[in-house]
Amino acid sequence: MISNEVVRHLQAILPPHSLLLAREDLKPFETDGLTAFRNTPDVVALPETEEQVKQLLAICRETGTPVVFRGAGTGVSGGALPVDGAVLLAMTKFNRILDIDPLARTARVQPGVRNLAISEAAAAYGLYYAPDPSSQIACTIGGNVAENSGGVHCLKYGLTVHNVLSIRVLTIDGEEMVIGSEALDSPGYDLLALMTGSEGMLAVTLEISVKLLPKPERTQVLLAAFDDVEKAGSAVGAIISGGVLPAGLEMMDKLAIEAAEAYAGAGYPLDAMAILLVEVDGTQEEVSEDVMRVRDVLLASGATEVRTARDEAEQKKFWAGRKAAFPAVGRLAPDYYCMDGTIPRKALPAVLKRITELSAEYALPVANVFHAGDGNLHPLILYDANQPDAWEKAERLGADILELCVEHGGTITGEHGVGVEKINQMCVQFGAPELLAFHGVKACFDENALLNPGKAVPTLHRCAEYGAMHVAGGKLPFPELPRF
Amino acid sequence: MQEIIDRIHAAESPLIIRGGGTKNWHGEDTKGEVLDVSSNTGIVSYEPGELVLTARCGTPLAEIEALLAQHRQMLAFEPPHFGSGSTLGGTLACGFSGPRRPYAGSARDFVLGIDVLDGNGQLLKFGGQVIKNVAGYDVSRLMVGALGTLGVLMQASLKVLPKPQSEMTLQFECGEAEALQRMNEWAGKPLPLSASAWLSGVLTIRLSGAESTVQAAHAKLGGEIHDRGAEFWKGLRDHTAAFFQDDVPLWRLSLPSTTPSLNLRGKHFINWGGAERWLKSDASASEIRARAAAHGGHATLHSGDKSADVFHPLPDALMKYHRRLKQQFDPRGILNVGRMYSAF
Ligand SMILES: Cc1cc2nc3c(=O)[nH]c(=O)nc-3n(C[C@H](O)[C@H](O)[C@H](O)COP(=O)(O)OP(=O)(O)OC[C@H]3O[C@@H](n4cnc5c(N)ncnc54)[C@H](O)[C@@H]3O)c2cc1C
Repeated sequence: MISNEVVRHLQAILPPHSLLLAREDLKPFETDGLTAFRNTPDVVALPETEEQVKQLLAICRETGTPVVFRGAGTGVSGGALPVDGAVLLAMTKFNRILDIDPLARTARVQPGVRNLAISEAAAAYGLYYAPDPSSQIACTIGGNVAENSGGVHCLKYGLTVHNVLSIRVLTIDGEEMVIGSEALDSPGYDLLALMTGSEGMLAVTLEISVKLLPKPERTQVLLAAFDDVEKAGSAVGAIISGGVLPAGLEMMDKLAIEAAEAYAGAGYPLDAMAILLVEVDGTQEEVSEDVMRVRDVLLASGATEVRTARDEAEQKKFWAGRKAAFPAVGRLAPDYYCMDGTIPRKALPAVLKRITELSAEYALPVANVFHAGDGNLHPLILYDANQPDAWEKAERLGADILELCVEHGGTITGEHGVGVEKINQMCVQFGAPELLAFHGVKACFDENALLNPGKAVPTLHRCAEYGAMHVAGGKLPFPELPRF
Repeated sequence: MQEIIDRIHAAESPLIIRGGGTKNWHGEDTKGEVLDVSSNTGIVSYEPGELVLTARCGTPLAEIEALLAQHRQMLAFEPPHFGSGSTLGGTLACGFSGPRRPYAGSARDFVLGIDVLDGNGQLLKFGGQVIKNVAGYDVSRLMVGALGTLGVLMQASLKVLPKPQSEMTLQFECGEAEALQRMNEWAGKPLPLSASAWLSGVLTIRLSGAESTVQAAHAKLGGEIHDRGAEFWKGLRDHTAAFFQDDVPLWRLSLPSTTPSLNLRGKHFINWGGAERWLKSDASASEIRARAAAHGGHATLHSGDKSADVFHPLPDALMKYHRRLKQQFDPRGILNVGRMYSAF
């Protein structure tokens, strides 16, 4: 519990409407997009000025009170999940677009601005902000920077880290810094890369400048059906090694296709075992050529059918099913749990096969939707939280899937972050030296671990407990540590 | 690798990490014994369909580029070589990128994972071999441009891209202000731009993509075809062009691309669509830096009298965290000490 003294300090700097203390007001903040984890916060602060944020961090520093930052709360790894005894600091009132410079192709925005709002504001100039998480109508750019979020167009246009020019941050020490610049590089270390994806563990972001891109002249979408998941998987590699870099390259398996079709009526072939959606963009000429090349590769890879959207309306229709995949799958069961592993594309067939086996072993259906071009899987585990042990089972299956990704040379999270969700799998992904280095980096910016404590990087004790500590040369690292 | 680890363990004073030695001139002059890492060579894995290449950091850049070219792929940040022996490690430690940078991304943008030996000789593996990876802090990208002050780069995985089917270099006679305007306007349009520079009254651009796209863009923009385009861009990239051949100090100014001419003494050329300006000038470091900073940029001394700092000074708060990071990764102060800033 937060002490009354800290609350009194907060009341002194924040007007009553910016400080939530009543249980019914706090309830909506008990979870983020990972709803299996809930914890009602003691207080929620919704500051409106940077001065208030500064004073709030000063209070936290001086009283040793932890802080958890929050954007829109759409994160799906528990990054914004309240921590006991912490202030939950929501940045949503910082929602102004400060400046758009069409000639320099940059936008300067506050962290609470929604991702899509940037592209909407830039549209008048024929420009847009490239990273487009499916949550883009809701999620904030501050949250995107904290998670290094991706979207369906990452393969060609990169993640958040490739599209942010600079950020202004405030550390718990009260240091305010501009990291990066509106030039293409800055002197010193690349702290911009370090801050991006740091899950609210190093500093709070106060302002962000992003790069804007010209809207492509033309876009075209192809839909290919396969009678075998493995063939679809190899087609992905074949398109890319054929020299085309699609703007988007998505794959759905049978269960996902059926769910999406029932939900969105996108016209997907229901007899297919897998479909690929391939979006190519560029100039008129480029798109025409790429469509031909991709079509040939798809057919040569064994596609049973390849459709090219006739017009924009049909392109939208092809995408509608993919975009609705999560809510559509959500109708198949009371709850679903979305995983986020990434693997080398060549491992796709083997990993999919093993996921099917695991799904049978756990008796929980899994629908697969992925950013196939990036090798980023989103297996959706279906379960019913009202059944005893169902969540624990789903969580164990999820852990098995992530560890499977690591086994195949991949990673436990492609774009959703570690948060509280994948903290045990961090022990599988990394060895003790890397984990200690991460704690060291954290300590450089937040010596007393007041920012989002306990998230993103597990303690070695925790890893020992999880029993997955890498054993080097038959010896456990740090044998002096108690293992419980 | 063991040899390098032993050297780090045994070191009682700073070591100077050296790969091909082609960029010895970059950064502050430092003292110490040389730690030669050029024998740590070899391409570990490369599968064109994955768009990922992993190599040991002593591998010559030329070898990597030749292998990629066989599969019609490339390092899209178009790394400068500055000599024939340049290695992957030196390229990443300096973090230099070539003419394609504003349109394709920088060296760090293409790094997926790096294995480093820290100042205690401990091997740390960050990132990986997949295109999307947000597990843990992004320490591999932190290593890019850190000039070896945070660790000895041992192995790196990079995202590679298909080579464009065709390229065309075009030239236009125009003044500086007009060139800056055009470069920025064109970058905001769906054109297949892959490089743009302005030097002595001539704007030069490169178009890359499918043959038909390049032709269509040429028809739209006009301009004279440069028949030795590849040579032109290489001359800018590796500083072999005539512009660089004199003893006047060379400065690199990194600026927002729309910054107007800085009117500093000396000659200059504009690269990166306006975002990089190379200046040959004997103006004082403080004047050059003040002018760059006033426009939101910074200035690095590339060659000339190093009595002024090579790198733009950092604000106190940033410097504080730089020192802490150095302390974290190299607590004994062994690796390339002072190469970036005298403070660490
Ligand atoms: C339906 C759905 C679809 C999704 N699709 C995608 C997708 O395609 N790709 C993808 O990458 N993600 C996706 N996500 C995940 C999520 O939307 C992203 O992670 C998003 O960036 C979170 O933004 P937010 O504003 O909601 O942040 P929150 O969830 O509120 O917070 C996320 C993290 O950011 C930190 N944070 C927030 N603001 C700041 C700040 N100003 N300073 C410092 N730290 C801060 C928090 O502490 C927390 O650790 C999806 C989520 C949902 C629910």
